[in-house]
Amino acid sequence: MSALSPHLPSGHSPIAAVGIGCSAGGLDALRHILPGLPAGLPVPVVVVAHMGPSPDNPVLEAIGRHSGLPVVEAKERGKAVAGFVHVCPPDYHLLVEADHGFALSVDPKVNNSRPSIDVFLCAAAESWGSGLLAVLLTGASGDGAAGMAAVKAAGGLCIVQDPAGAHAPTMPRSAIDAGGADWVAPLDEIAGLIVSLCPPPRLEATS
Amino acid sequence: MPARASSIHGIEMDLVLEALARRHGYDFRHYARASLKRRMTGLAQKLGCAHIAELVPRVLHDDALLPEILAGLSVPVTEMFRDPPVFKAIRDTLLPMLATHPRINIWQAGCATGEEVYSLAILLKEADLLHKTQIYATDINDIALAKAEDGIFPAKAIEKYSDNYLKAGGQGALASYFSMGYGFAKIDAAIKEHISFAHHNLVADGVFCEVGLVVCRNVLIYFDRVLQDRVLGLFSDSLSRGGFLCLGTKENVTFSAAAPLFAAVDPALRLYKKRG
Repeated sequence: MSALSPHLPSGHSPIAAVGIGCSAGGLDALRHILPGLPAGLPVPVVVVAHMGPSPDNPVLEAIGRHSGLPVVEAKERGKAVAGFVHVCPPDYHLLVEADHGFALSVDPKVNNSRPSIDVFLCAAAESWGSGLLAVLLTGASGDGAAGMAAVKAAGGLCIVQDPAGAHAPTMPRSAIDAGGADWVAPLDEIAGLIVSLCPPPRLEATS
Repeated sequence: MPARASSIHGIEMDLVLEALARRHGYDFRHYARASLKRRMTGLAQKLGCAHIAELVPRVLHDDALLPEILAGLSVPVTEMFRDPPVFKAIRDTLLPMLATHPRINIWQAGCATGEEVYSLAILLKEADLLHKTQIYATDINDIALAKAEDGIFPAKAIEKYSDNYLKAGGQGALASYFSMGYGFAKIDAAIKEHISFAHHNLVADGVFCEVGLVVCRNVLIYFDRVLQDRVLGLFSDSLSRGGFLCLGTKENVTFSAAAPLFAAVDPALRLYKKRG
């Protein structure tokens, strides 16, 4: 864990959305984190995971049963909704508009990936600004490093999985080397960190 | 008018879009902003501009640059038989119904570099319908249109698309529709002669043909709701009675003002039929 305490820095604007990027080994990592997010989490969670083209959404199927929050596919022009996990569809880039509505694109691959975590985080950083909490997990590419830098430049906060324990360390390592980490945390601590940084869960949803 | 953005990037984008619309009549102001910003930033970098706003004088004073600007801002990529289940459904469900007509007219809107329109033509050939078919393939991007009309693709890409073709119910070998040489694959003239490529701008241009099928996949995702509604209306006006519409698998007419114009044929694959 880096020097910052597991709390929102004083004076920082409240977290309004959580964006999670992952690649190789990411499904296992997500199955670790999502059960730790409580029902009623008052912000939307958006997951962008590298995957090949598929008529279904393998990520949706893999993590749906492991989440305390409802998991849905991010829909074109659909809004990011608090308390939901929105998963990027395969073979599309996922972007976020100023009104926090989702946009999809079939623009060329970025970092050999579609969806690209950089494409998502750059758009999400523009949309949520300092209210974005970005989380970068295991992966074997350099995708996500530029996105994390964009999140920081917009005033958002960044958690990077500790490369030492990651299934594939390249992606978190690249982001840390590019200066894109406020916290470097082992997988087991990431859910707790997200919860302590986000506003408290809405009571009506937890009862 | 979409809400004006107050960030510096937002102001710069507005200025470029205003210049394009007023100087050249190409109105991108109803394109979805987030991906447009990515493409505009990429275009500015490619043209050596330090800021997006430096595109403004280029747009205003350098007419020769216009095709490159339109190419940079429009949707550049397609592949053959992307989403094989969709092409299988066109083959198995739509084509038998279209086959009952003496002539078949099809409009592919936003054909980019042609991969999808050739996929369609191959389906029609294998259904023995191509000889009575006219396909109009249109795009705003003249550079892409020229590539589409050339019909030349990297041979390696054809290998990659073969798997999609077979999953879409392909009855032969995809490579058999191309002549191969020097690492490239050129589509057979017999396939191409049934396709007319033409410049058409979905934002501003109107109905130009009556067709039994409109294919427009992964174009509406780049438009805001206002432009989506206009374009869906244009498709409805271009379709004959009971004509079909095929959208991208993540696109939807359900939430559009144009929704009452269409009935779902296969909602999961985004195949619709014009009502009435």
